[in-house]
Amino acid sequence: MDQNTKIEIRDLNVFAGKTQILKNINIDIPKNKITVILGPSGCGKTTLLKCLNRLTDLYPELKVSGQILIDGNNILEAKEDIYKLRQQMGLLSQRPYPLPMTIYNNIAYALKLRGIKNRREIHKLVMHYLQQASLWEEIRTRLREPASRLSIGQQQRLCLARGLAVNPEIILADEPTSALDPISSQFIEETFGSLKNDYTIVLVTHVLRQAKRIADNVVFMYLGEVIEQGSVEEVFGNPKMEKTKLYLGGTFN
Amino acid sequence: MIISLLLVAFLPFLLFIGLYLKSVLLLHDYSLGDLIFSKVWRPSSGKFGFAPFIIGSIWVTVVSMLITAPICLLTAIYVTQYTKKYFLRIMHPAIDILAGIPSVVYGLWGILVIVPFISRYLGPWLGIQTMGYSILAASFVLSIMIIPFVLNILIEIFRAIPTELKEAALSLGATQWQTIKHVLLRKALPGIIAAFGFGLARAFGETMAVLMVVGNVVRLPKSVFDPGYTLPALIANNYGEMLSIPKYDSALMFAALLLLAVSLFFNLVMHFFIVRYNKY
Repeated sequence: MDQNTKIEIRDLNVFAGKTQILKNINIDIPKNKITVILGPSGCGKTTLLKCLNRLTDLYPELKVSGQILIDGNNILEAKEDIYKLRQQMGLLSQRPYPLPMTIYNNIAYALKLRGIKNRREIHKLVMHYLQQASLWEEIRTRLREPASRLSIGQQQRLCLARGLAVNPEIILADEPTSALDPISSQFIEETFGSLKNDYTIVLVTHVLRQAKRIADNVVFMYLGEVIEQGSVEEVFGNPKMEKTKLYLGGTFN
Repeated sequence: MIISLLLVAFLPFLLFIGLYLKSVLLLHDYSLGDLIFSKVWRPSSGKFGFAPFIIGSIWVTVVSMLITAPICLLTAIYVTQYTKKYFLRIMHPAIDILAGIPSVVYGLWGILVIVPFISRYLGPWLGIQTMGYSILAASFVLSIMIIPFVLNILIEIFRAIPTELKEAALSLGATQWQTIKHVLLRKALPGIIAAFGFGLARAFGETMAVLMVVGNVVRLPKSVFDPGYTLPALIANNYGEMLSIPKYDSALMFAALLLLAVSLFFNLVMHFFIVRYNKY
Protein backbone atom coordinates (compact mmCIF):
# COMPACT_ATOMS: atom_id res chain seq x y z
CA MET A 1 0.00 0.00 0.00
CA ASP A 2 1.10 3.49 -0.83
CA GLN A 3 2.71 5.35 2.06
CA ASN A 4 0.59 8.38 1.42
CA THR A 5 -2.75 6.63 1.34
CA LYS A 6 -4.76 7.17 4.49
CA ILE A 7 -7.99 5.45 3.56
CA GLU A 8 -8.39 2.63 1.07
CA ILE A 9 -11.86 1.58 0.07
CA ARG A 10 -12.05 -1.81 -1.62
CA ASP A 11 -15.10 -3.38 -3.28
CA LEU A 12 -17.51 -1.59 -1.01
CA ASN A 13 -21.14 -2.52 -1.60
CA VAL A 14 -24.09 -1.23 0.37
CA PHE A 15 -27.59 -2.60 0.05
CA ALA A 16 -30.77 -1.25 1.56
CA GLY A 17 -33.12 -4.17 1.18
CA LYS A 18 -32.95 -4.98 -2.52
CA THR A 19 -31.75 -1.60 -3.70
CA GLN A 20 -28.04 -1.23 -4.08
CA ILE A 21 -26.93 2.16 -2.84
CA LEU A 22 -23.19 1.78 -3.43
CA LYS A 23 -21.78 -0.41 -6.18
CA ASN A 24 -18.25 -1.74 -6.04
CA ILE A 25 -16.60 1.36 -4.70
CA ASN A 26 -12.80 1.50 -4.90
CA ILE A 27 -11.21 4.72 -3.74
CA ASP A 28 -7.81 5.74 -2.41
CA ILE A 29 -7.84 8.75 -0.17
CA PRO A 30 -4.42 10.35 0.27
CA LYS A 31 -3.08 11.66 3.54
CA ASN A 32 -3.10 15.37 4.35
CA LYS A 33 -5.04 16.25 1.24
CA ILE A 34 -8.57 17.39 0.63
CA THR A 35 -10.44 14.71 -1.27
CA VAL A 36 -13.75 15.89 -2.64
CA ILE A 37 -16.48 13.40 -3.39
CA LEU A 38 -18.54 15.05 -6.06
CA GLY A 39 -21.83 14.04 -7.57
CA PRO A 40 -25.50 14.85 -7.90
CA SER A 41 -27.89 14.44 -4.97
CA GLY A 42 -28.87 10.88 -4.19
CA CYS A 43 -25.79 9.27 -5.69
CA GLY A 44 -24.69 7.70 -2.41
CA LYS A 45 -22.11 10.25 -1.28
CA THR A 46 -23.54 10.59 2.19
CA THR A 47 -23.88 6.83 2.62
CA LEU A 48 -20.24 6.45 1.64
CA LEU A 49 -19.25 8.98 4.28
CA LYS A 50 -21.35 7.21 6.90
CA CYS A 51 -19.61 3.94 6.09
CA LEU A 52 -16.30 5.57 6.93
CA ASN A 53 -17.15 6.11 10.57
CA ARG A 54 -19.57 3.24 10.92
CA LEU A 55 -22.64 5.42 11.41
CA THR A 56 -24.20 2.87 9.10
CA ASP A 57 -24.48 0.73 12.23
CA LEU A 58 -27.41 2.95 13.19
CA TYR A 59 -29.43 1.70 10.26
CA PRO A 60 -29.96 -2.03 10.62
CA GLU A 61 -31.58 -2.17 7.17
CA LEU A 62 -28.23 -1.37 5.51
CA LYS A 63 -26.02 -4.28 4.49
CA VAL A 64 -22.41 -3.27 4.09
CA SER A 65 -19.78 -5.50 2.49
CA GLY A 66 -16.23 -4.98 1.29
CA GLN A 67 -13.26 -3.37 2.98
CA ILE A 68 -12.43 0.06 4.27
CA LEU A 69 -8.80 0.19 5.32
CA ILE A 70 -7.63 3.05 7.48
CA ASP A 71 -3.86 2.86 7.94
CA GLY A 72 -4.23 -0.74 6.83
CA ASN A 73 -6.91 -1.78 9.34
CA ASN A 74 -10.25 -2.88 8.03
CA ILE A 75 -12.71 -0.84 10.04
CA LEU A 76 -15.74 -2.72 8.77
CA GLU A 77 -14.52 -5.78 10.63
CA ALA A 78 -13.56 -3.93 13.77
CA LYS A 79 -15.97 -5.20 16.34
CA GLU A 80 -14.13 -4.12 19.42
CA ASP A 81 -14.00 -0.39 19.76
CA ILE A 82 -16.21 1.53 17.39
CA TYR A 83 -16.08 4.47 19.80
CA LYS A 84 -12.30 4.80 19.53
CA LEU A 85 -12.62 4.38 15.82
CA ARG A 86 -15.16 7.17 15.50
CA GLN A 87 -12.86 9.42 17.48
CA GLN A 88 -10.31 9.10 14.71
CA MET A 89 -12.70 11.12 12.59
CA GLY A 90 -14.36 14.45 13.10
CA LEU A 91 -17.75 14.73 11.44
CA LEU A 92 -19.33 17.84 10.01
CA SER A 93 -22.86 17.36 8.74
CA GLN A 94 -25.02 19.25 6.27
CA ARG A 95 -26.67 21.35 8.89
CA PRO A 96 -25.11 22.15 12.23
CA TYR A 97 -26.42 20.09 15.12
CA PRO A 98 -24.99 21.58 18.27
CA LEU A 99 -25.51 19.44 21.34
CA PRO A 100 -28.20 20.76 23.70
CA MET A 101 -25.65 22.36 26.03
CA THR A 102 -23.71 25.58 26.39
CA ILE A 103 -21.16 26.58 23.76
CA TYR A 104 -18.36 25.71 26.15
CA ASN A 105 -19.78 22.30 27.01
CA ASN A 106 -20.23 21.37 23.36
CA ILE A 107 -16.46 21.26 23.09
CA ALA A 108 -15.84 20.10 26.64
CA TYR A 109 -18.14 17.11 26.13
CA ALA A 110 -16.03 15.90 23.22
CA LEU A 111 -12.92 16.34 25.35
CA LYS A 112 -14.44 14.40 28.22
CA LEU A 113 -15.28 11.54 25.88
CA ARG A 114 -11.60 11.56 24.97
CA GLY A 115 -10.88 10.96 28.64
CA ILE A 116 -9.58 14.39 29.56
CA LYS A 117 -10.71 15.24 33.07
CA ASN A 118 -8.39 18.00 34.22
CA ARG A 119 -10.49 21.19 34.20
CA ARG A 120 -7.61 23.49 33.43
CA GLU A 121 -6.61 21.39 30.46
CA ILE A 122 -10.18 21.29 29.23
CA HIS A 123 -10.31 25.05 29.49
CA LYS A 124 -7.14 25.44 27.49
CA LEU A 125 -8.24 23.00 24.80
CA VAL A 126 -11.72 24.51 24.41
CA MET A 127 -10.02 27.79 23.62
CA HIS A 128 -7.56 26.09 21.30
CA TYR A 129 -10.18 24.34 19.20
CA LEU A 130 -12.44 27.37 19.02
CA GLN A 131 -9.47 29.31 17.70
CA GLN A 132 -8.72 26.58 15.20
CA ALA A 133 -12.26 26.88 13.86
CA SER A 134 -11.82 30.68 13.84
CA LEU A 135 -14.71 31.19 16.20
CA TRP A 136 -12.96 32.21 19.42
CA GLU A 137 -12.84 35.97 18.87
CA GLU A 138 -16.55 36.20 18.13
CA ILE A 139 -17.83 34.23 21.08
CA ARG A 140 -15.22 34.47 23.81
CA THR A 141 -17.65 36.35 26.05
CA ARG A 142 -20.60 34.07 25.31
CA LEU A 143 -19.17 30.68 26.28
CA ARG A 144 -21.90 29.98 28.85
CA GLU A 145 -24.77 30.65 26.49
CA PRO A 146 -26.74 27.81 24.91
CA ALA A 147 -25.13 26.82 21.63
CA SER A 148 -28.46 27.15 19.85
CA ARG A 149 -28.29 30.94 20.20
CA LEU A 150 -25.39 31.21 17.78
CA SER A 151 -26.03 32.06 14.15
CA ILE A 152 -26.12 29.07 11.84
CA GLY A 153 -22.68 29.85 10.40
CA GLN A 154 -21.23 30.10 13.89
CA GLN A 155 -22.97 26.86 14.85
CA GLN A 156 -21.33 25.10 11.94
CA ARG A 157 -17.92 26.35 13.00
CA LEU A 158 -18.72 25.24 16.55
CA CYS A 159 -19.49 21.79 15.18
CA LEU A 160 -16.17 21.85 13.35
CA ALA A 161 -14.38 22.77 16.57
CA ARG A 162 -16.25 19.98 18.33
CA GLY A 163 -15.21 17.54 15.63
CA LEU A 164 -11.59 18.61 16.00
CA ALA A 165 -11.80 18.26 19.77
CA VAL A 166 -11.87 14.47 19.58
CA ASN A 167 -8.36 14.79 18.17
CA PRO A 168 -9.08 13.02 14.90
CA GLU A 169 -6.77 12.24 12.01
CA ILE A 170 -9.52 12.50 9.46
CA ILE A 171 -12.25 15.08 8.95
CA LEU A 172 -15.44 13.93 7.26
CA ALA A 173 -17.59 16.75 5.94
CA ASP A 174 -20.99 16.18 4.37
CA GLU A 175 -21.90 19.24 2.29
CA PRO A 176 -20.90 21.37 5.27
CA THR A 177 -21.69 24.67 3.62
CA SER A 178 -25.01 23.86 2.00
CA ALA A 179 -27.01 25.59 4.72
CA LEU A 180 -24.67 28.54 5.13
CA ASP A 181 -24.42 32.03 3.70
CA PRO A 182 -21.49 32.78 1.35
CA ILE A 183 -19.35 34.43 4.01
CA SER A 184 -19.72 31.58 6.49
CA SER A 185 -19.05 29.13 3.67
CA GLN A 186 -15.87 30.95 2.82
CA PHE A 187 -14.85 30.82 6.47
CA ILE A 188 -15.29 27.05 6.51
CA GLU A 189 -13.45 26.56 3.24
CA GLU A 190 -10.53 28.67 4.40
CA THR A 191 -10.38 26.76 7.66
CA PHE A 192 -10.25 23.50 5.71
CA GLY A 193 -7.39 24.86 3.65
CA SER A 194 -5.36 25.51 6.77
CA LEU A 195 -6.34 22.24 8.42
CA LYS A 196 -5.16 19.93 5.70
CA ASN A 197 -1.58 20.06 6.91
CA ASP A 198 -2.60 18.15 9.99
CA TYR A 199 -5.65 16.23 8.84
CA THR A 200 -6.89 14.12 5.99
CA ILE A 201 -10.08 15.71 4.80
CA VAL A 202 -12.93 14.01 2.96
CA LEU A 203 -15.52 16.46 1.75
CA VAL A 204 -18.78 15.59 0.09
CA THR A 205 -20.37 18.21 -2.12
CA HIS A 206 -22.48 18.69 -5.19
CA VAL A 207 -21.17 22.20 -5.77
CA LEU A 208 -18.71 22.19 -8.65
CA ARG A 209 -17.11 25.50 -7.85
CA GLN A 210 -16.47 24.50 -4.27
CA ALA A 211 -14.76 21.34 -5.44
CA LYS A 212 -12.65 23.34 -7.85
CA ARG A 213 -11.70 25.85 -5.16
CA ILE A 214 -10.49 23.52 -2.44
CA ALA A 215 -9.99 20.01 -3.77
CA ASP A 216 -6.68 18.25 -4.21
CA ASN A 217 -8.30 15.05 -5.33
CA VAL A 218 -11.73 14.52 -6.84
CA VAL A 219 -13.92 11.43 -6.87
CA PHE A 220 -16.90 11.75 -9.17
CA MET A 221 -19.84 9.53 -8.28
CA TYR A 222 -23.07 8.87 -10.08
CA LEU A 223 -25.92 6.56 -9.06
CA GLY A 224 -23.86 4.68 -6.52
CA GLU A 225 -20.84 4.17 -8.72
CA VAL A 226 -17.47 5.84 -8.90
CA ILE A 227 -17.24 7.18 -12.43
CA GLU A 228 -13.87 8.82 -12.26
CA GLN A 229 -11.23 9.73 -9.73
CA GLY A 230 -7.93 11.55 -9.76
CA SER A 231 -6.27 14.85 -9.01
CA VAL A 232 -8.33 17.97 -9.47
CA GLU A 233 -6.35 18.91 -12.58
CA GLU A 234 -7.02 15.55 -14.21
CA VAL A 235 -10.72 15.33 -13.45
CA PHE A 236 -11.60 18.94 -14.12
CA GLY A 237 -9.02 19.64 -16.80
CA ASN A 238 -9.23 16.47 -18.80
CA PRO A 239 -12.17 14.26 -17.86
CA LYS A 240 -12.05 10.87 -19.50
CA MET A 241 -15.58 9.67 -18.98
CA GLU A 242 -18.61 10.96 -20.84
CA LYS A 243 -20.72 11.37 -17.68
CA THR A 244 -18.04 13.41 -15.96
CA LYS A 245 -17.85 15.72 -18.95
CA LEU A 246 -21.61 16.17 -18.92
CA TYR A 247 -21.72 16.89 -15.19
CA LEU A 248 -18.85 19.33 -15.34
CA GLY A 249 -20.48 21.02 -18.30
CA GLY A 250 -23.63 21.44 -16.24
CA THR A 251 -25.82 19.52 -18.69
CA PHE A 252 -27.19 17.28 -16.00
CA ASN A 253 -27.14 17.34 -12.27
CA MET B 1 -63.78 33.10 14.60
CA ILE B 2 -62.70 35.81 16.99
CA ILE B 3 -65.75 35.16 19.12
CA SER B 4 -65.01 31.45 19.39
CA LEU B 5 -61.38 32.26 20.13
CA LEU B 6 -62.40 34.61 22.92
CA LEU B 7 -64.82 32.03 24.22
CA VAL B 8 -62.08 29.39 24.44
CA ALA B 9 -59.64 31.85 25.96
CA PHE B 10 -62.03 33.03 28.64
CA LEU B 11 -63.79 29.79 29.40
CA PRO B 12 -61.45 28.88 32.26
CA PHE B 13 -61.98 32.30 33.79
CA LEU B 14 -65.73 32.06 33.41
CA LEU B 15 -65.67 28.63 35.05
CA PHE B 16 -63.54 29.97 37.82
CA ILE B 17 -65.81 32.93 38.46
CA GLY B 18 -68.92 30.75 38.28
CA LEU B 19 -67.58 28.25 40.78
CA TYR B 20 -66.40 31.03 43.02
CA LEU B 21 -69.80 32.68 43.08
CA LYS B 22 -71.42 29.35 43.88
CA SER B 23 -69.05 28.60 46.73
CA VAL B 24 -68.96 32.10 48.14
CA LEU B 25 -71.64 31.13 50.63
CA LEU B 26 -69.23 28.68 52.23
CA LEU B 27 -66.28 31.02 52.01
CA HIS B 28 -68.33 33.65 53.75
CA ASP B 29 -68.69 31.57 56.92
CA TYR B 30 -65.37 29.77 57.04
CA SER B 31 -61.85 30.92 56.44
CA LEU B 32 -59.99 29.42 53.51
CA GLY B 33 -57.34 28.00 55.81
CA ASP B 34 -59.95 26.22 57.92
CA LEU B 35 -61.57 24.67 54.90
CA ILE B 36 -58.34 23.39 53.44
CA PHE B 37 -56.59 22.22 56.59
CA SER B 38 -59.41 20.96 58.75
CA LYS B 39 -59.76 17.17 58.90
CA VAL B 40 -63.34 16.92 60.06
CA TRP B 41 -65.95 16.34 57.38
CA ARG B 42 -69.41 16.31 58.95
CA PRO B 43 -71.72 18.33 56.72
CA SER B 44 -74.81 17.64 58.84
CA SER B 45 -73.23 19.45 61.77
CA GLY B 46 -71.75 22.11 59.55
CA LYS B 47 -68.17 20.90 59.56
CA PHE B 48 -66.48 21.10 56.19
CA GLY B 49 -62.85 20.03 56.33
CA PHE B 50 -61.39 19.29 52.94
CA ALA B 51 -58.02 18.01 54.10
CA PRO B 52 -58.88 14.27 53.72
CA PHE B 53 -59.93 14.80 50.12
CA ILE B 54 -57.01 17.01 49.23
CA ILE B 55 -54.50 14.67 50.86
CA GLY B 56 -56.25 11.66 49.29
CA SER B 57 -56.04 13.24 45.85
CA ILE B 58 -52.38 14.08 46.32
CA TRP B 59 -51.56 10.55 47.49
CA VAL B 60 -53.28 8.93 44.55
CA THR B 61 -51.74 11.33 42.05
CA VAL B 62 -48.21 11.12 43.40
CA VAL B 63 -48.17 7.33 43.76
CA SER B 64 -49.60 6.81 40.29
CA MET B 65 -47.02 9.18 38.81
CA LEU B 66 -44.26 7.31 40.65
CA ILE B 67 -45.43 4.18 38.86
CA THR B 68 -46.09 5.86 35.52
CA ALA B 69 -43.07 8.09 35.06
CA PRO B 70 -40.25 5.52 35.09
CA ILE B 71 -42.22 2.94 33.12
CA CYS B 72 -43.11 5.44 30.40
CA LEU B 73 -39.67 6.99 30.15
CA LEU B 74 -37.83 3.69 29.97
CA THR B 75 -40.33 2.18 27.54
CA ALA B 76 -40.17 5.22 25.27
CA ILE B 77 -36.38 5.14 25.23
CA TYR B 78 -36.31 1.41 24.60
CA VAL B 79 -38.90 1.46 21.85
CA THR B 80 -37.43 4.42 19.99
CA GLN B 81 -33.71 3.73 20.45
CA TYR B 82 -33.20 0.00 20.81
CA THR B 83 -35.88 -1.93 18.99
CA LYS B 84 -36.45 -2.41 15.29
CA LYS B 85 -39.02 -0.23 13.61
CA TYR B 86 -41.67 -2.91 13.20
CA PHE B 87 -41.85 -3.24 16.98
CA LEU B 88 -43.23 0.26 17.23
CA ARG B 89 -45.71 -0.51 14.46
CA ILE B 90 -47.05 -3.38 16.57
CA MET B 91 -47.04 -1.41 19.77
CA HIS B 92 -48.79 1.70 18.54
CA PRO B 93 -52.22 0.10 17.99
CA ALA B 94 -51.94 -1.63 21.37
CA ILE B 95 -51.23 1.67 23.09
CA ASP B 96 -54.07 3.37 21.22
CA ILE B 97 -56.52 0.67 22.26
CA LEU B 98 -55.48 1.05 25.89
CA ALA B 99 -55.97 4.79 25.61
CA GLY B 100 -59.44 4.40 24.19
CA ILE B 101 -60.96 2.16 26.88
CA PRO B 102 -63.61 4.00 28.97
CA SER B 103 -62.50 4.69 32.52
CA VAL B 104 -65.42 2.79 34.02
CA VAL B 105 -64.05 -0.38 32.44
CA TYR B 106 -60.72 0.26 34.07
CA GLY B 107 -62.55 0.76 37.36
CA LEU B 108 -64.34 -2.54 36.97
CA TRP B 109 -61.08 -4.26 36.13
CA GLY B 110 -59.62 -2.67 39.26
CA ILE B 111 -62.41 -4.09 41.42
CA LEU B 112 -62.16 -7.55 39.89
CA VAL B 113 -58.37 -7.87 39.67
CA ILE B 114 -56.36 -5.24 41.52
CA VAL B 115 -58.42 -5.00 44.70
CA PRO B 116 -58.46 -8.78 45.38
CA PHE B 117 -54.78 -8.95 44.41
CA ILE B 118 -53.90 -6.36 47.04
CA SER B 119 -56.13 -7.76 49.79
CA ARG B 120 -55.27 -11.42 49.24
CA TYR B 121 -51.67 -11.43 48.05
CA LEU B 122 -49.76 -8.17 48.25
CA GLY B 123 -51.09 -7.10 51.67
CA PRO B 124 -50.58 -10.44 53.47
CA TRP B 125 -47.23 -10.89 51.78
CA LEU B 126 -46.07 -7.59 53.25
CA GLY B 127 -47.82 -8.37 56.55
CA ILE B 128 -50.34 -5.58 56.18
CA GLN B 129 -54.05 -5.84 56.85
CA THR B 130 -55.93 -4.23 54.01
CA MET B 131 -59.30 -4.64 52.41
CA GLY B 132 -57.88 -3.93 49.01
CA TYR B 133 -59.86 -0.78 48.33
CA SER B 134 -57.00 1.62 48.84
CA ILE B 135 -54.81 4.43 47.59
CA LEU B 136 -52.55 1.81 46.04
CA ALA B 137 -55.39 0.16 44.10
CA ALA B 138 -56.48 3.54 42.76
CA SER B 139 -52.90 4.40 41.84
CA PHE B 140 -52.44 1.12 39.98
CA VAL B 141 -55.62 1.59 38.00
CA LEU B 142 -54.77 5.21 37.30
CA SER B 143 -51.29 4.32 36.12
CA ILE B 144 -52.63 1.78 33.66
CA MET B 145 -55.00 4.46 32.42
CA ILE B 146 -52.52 7.27 31.95
CA ILE B 147 -49.53 5.22 30.78
CA PRO B 148 -50.83 5.01 27.19
CA PHE B 149 -51.29 8.77 26.99
CA VAL B 150 -47.95 9.70 28.50
CA LEU B 151 -46.16 6.97 26.57
CA ASN B 152 -47.61 8.12 23.25
CA ILE B 153 -46.43 11.68 23.84
CA LEU B 154 -42.98 10.53 24.94
CA ILE B 155 -42.54 8.28 21.91
CA GLU B 156 -43.44 11.17 19.62
CA ILE B 157 -41.00 13.42 21.44
CA PHE B 158 -38.12 10.98 21.09
CA ARG B 159 -38.95 10.34 17.47
CA ALA B 160 -38.95 14.05 16.73
CA ILE B 161 -35.29 14.37 17.73
CA PRO B 162 -33.30 14.48 14.49
CA THR B 163 -31.13 11.44 13.79
CA GLU B 164 -28.32 13.82 12.91
CA LEU B 165 -28.09 14.97 16.52
CA LYS B 166 -27.65 11.37 17.54
CA GLU B 167 -25.05 10.89 14.83
CA ALA B 168 -23.23 14.00 16.01
CA ALA B 169 -22.92 12.62 19.53
CA LEU B 170 -21.94 9.16 18.30
CA SER B 171 -19.31 10.62 15.94
CA LEU B 172 -17.61 12.13 18.98
CA GLY B 173 -17.14 8.62 20.30
CA ALA B 174 -20.08 8.54 22.71
CA THR B 175 -21.66 5.17 23.36
CA GLN B 176 -25.34 4.75 22.65
CA TRP B 177 -26.20 5.03 26.33
CA GLN B 178 -24.05 8.15 26.74
CA THR B 179 -25.80 9.65 23.75
CA ILE B 180 -29.19 8.94 25.28
CA LYS B 181 -28.23 10.15 28.73
CA HIS B 182 -26.34 13.32 27.87
CA VAL B 183 -27.85 14.43 24.60
CA LEU B 184 -31.24 12.94 23.81
CA LEU B 185 -32.69 13.21 27.32
CA ARG B 186 -31.55 16.79 27.62
CA LYS B 187 -32.96 17.64 24.23
CA ALA B 188 -36.25 16.01 25.16
CA LEU B 189 -36.48 17.46 28.66
CA PRO B 190 -39.12 20.15 28.01
CA GLY B 191 -41.26 17.59 26.24
CA ILE B 192 -40.79 15.03 29.01
CA ILE B 193 -41.88 17.56 31.60
CA ALA B 194 -44.91 18.48 29.53
CA ALA B 195 -45.85 14.81 29.10
CA PHE B 196 -45.56 14.13 32.83
CA GLY B 197 -47.50 17.29 33.63
CA PHE B 198 -50.23 16.14 31.30
CA GLY B 199 -50.31 12.76 33.02
CA LEU B 200 -50.36 14.44 36.41
CA ALA B 201 -53.33 16.61 35.49
CA ARG B 202 -55.22 13.61 34.17
CA ALA B 203 -54.46 11.57 37.27
CA PHE B 204 -55.57 14.37 39.54
CA GLY B 205 -58.85 14.88 37.74
CA GLU B 206 -59.75 11.27 36.99
CA THR B 207 -63.04 10.46 38.68
CA MET B 208 -64.76 7.22 37.80
CA ALA B 209 -62.02 4.62 37.96
CA VAL B 210 -60.59 6.07 41.16
CA LEU B 211 -63.98 6.34 42.84
CA MET B 212 -64.62 2.66 42.19
CA VAL B 213 -61.48 1.35 43.89
CA VAL B 214 -60.21 3.98 46.31
CA GLY B 215 -62.59 3.01 49.11
CA ASN B 216 -64.28 6.39 49.62
CA VAL B 217 -63.54 6.63 53.34
CA VAL B 218 -63.20 10.11 54.73
CA ARG B 219 -60.04 10.06 56.76
CA LEU B 220 -56.40 10.89 56.33
CA PRO B 221 -54.69 7.86 54.79
CA LYS B 222 -51.57 6.82 56.67
CA SER B 223 -50.17 4.45 54.07
CA VAL B 224 -50.91 3.47 50.50
CA PHE B 225 -52.82 0.46 51.81
CA ASP B 226 -55.38 2.68 53.54
CA PRO B 227 -58.57 3.63 51.78
CA GLY B 228 -59.05 7.27 50.91
CA TYR B 229 -61.28 9.72 49.14
CA THR B 230 -60.47 12.13 46.35
CA LEU B 231 -61.89 15.51 45.39
CA PRO B 232 -63.45 14.39 42.08
CA ALA B 233 -64.97 11.36 43.79
CA LEU B 234 -66.44 13.60 46.47
CA ILE B 235 -68.26 15.66 43.87
CA ALA B 236 -69.37 12.72 41.76
CA ASN B 237 -70.63 10.69 44.70
CA ASN B 238 -72.56 13.42 46.43
CA TYR B 239 -73.78 16.00 44.01
CA GLY B 240 -77.53 15.84 43.67
CA GLU B 241 -77.99 14.10 47.00
CA MET B 242 -78.44 15.50 50.47
CA LEU B 243 -78.62 18.98 49.06
CA SER B 244 -81.05 19.82 51.81
CA ILE B 245 -78.11 20.12 54.17
CA PRO B 246 -77.24 23.79 54.42
CA LYS B 247 -74.21 24.90 52.42
CA TYR B 248 -73.64 21.37 51.16
CA ASP B 249 -73.87 22.22 47.47
CA SER B 250 -71.72 25.23 48.14
CA ALA B 251 -69.09 22.92 49.66
CA LEU B 252 -69.13 20.69 46.58
CA MET B 253 -68.68 23.77 44.41
CA PHE B 254 -65.71 24.68 46.55
CA ALA B 255 -64.28 21.21 45.90
CA ALA B 256 -64.63 21.85 42.19
CA LEU B 257 -62.97 25.22 42.62
CA LEU B 258 -60.06 23.54 44.39
CA LEU B 259 -59.72 21.06 41.56
CA LEU B 260 -59.65 23.81 39.01
CA ALA B 261 -57.16 25.82 41.03
CA VAL B 262 -54.82 22.86 41.39
CA SER B 263 -55.00 22.05 37.65
CA LEU B 264 -54.21 25.67 36.88
CA PHE B 265 -51.30 25.51 39.28
CA PHE B 266 -49.96 22.36 37.59
CA ASN B 267 -50.23 24.09 34.25
CA LEU B 268 -48.33 27.13 35.41
CA VAL B 269 -45.54 25.10 37.01
CA MET B 270 -45.25 22.98 33.88
CA HIS B 271 -45.12 26.05 31.70
CA PHE B 272 -42.38 27.49 33.85
CA PHE B 273 -40.24 24.39 33.51
CA ILE B 274 -40.81 24.09 29.79
CA VAL B 275 -39.72 27.67 29.21
CA ARG B 276 -36.81 27.18 31.57
CA TYR B 277 -35.42 24.12 29.76
CA ASN B 278 -36.39 25.00 26.24
CA LYS B 279 -33.46 27.29 25.63
CA TYR B 280 -31.16 24.63 24.26
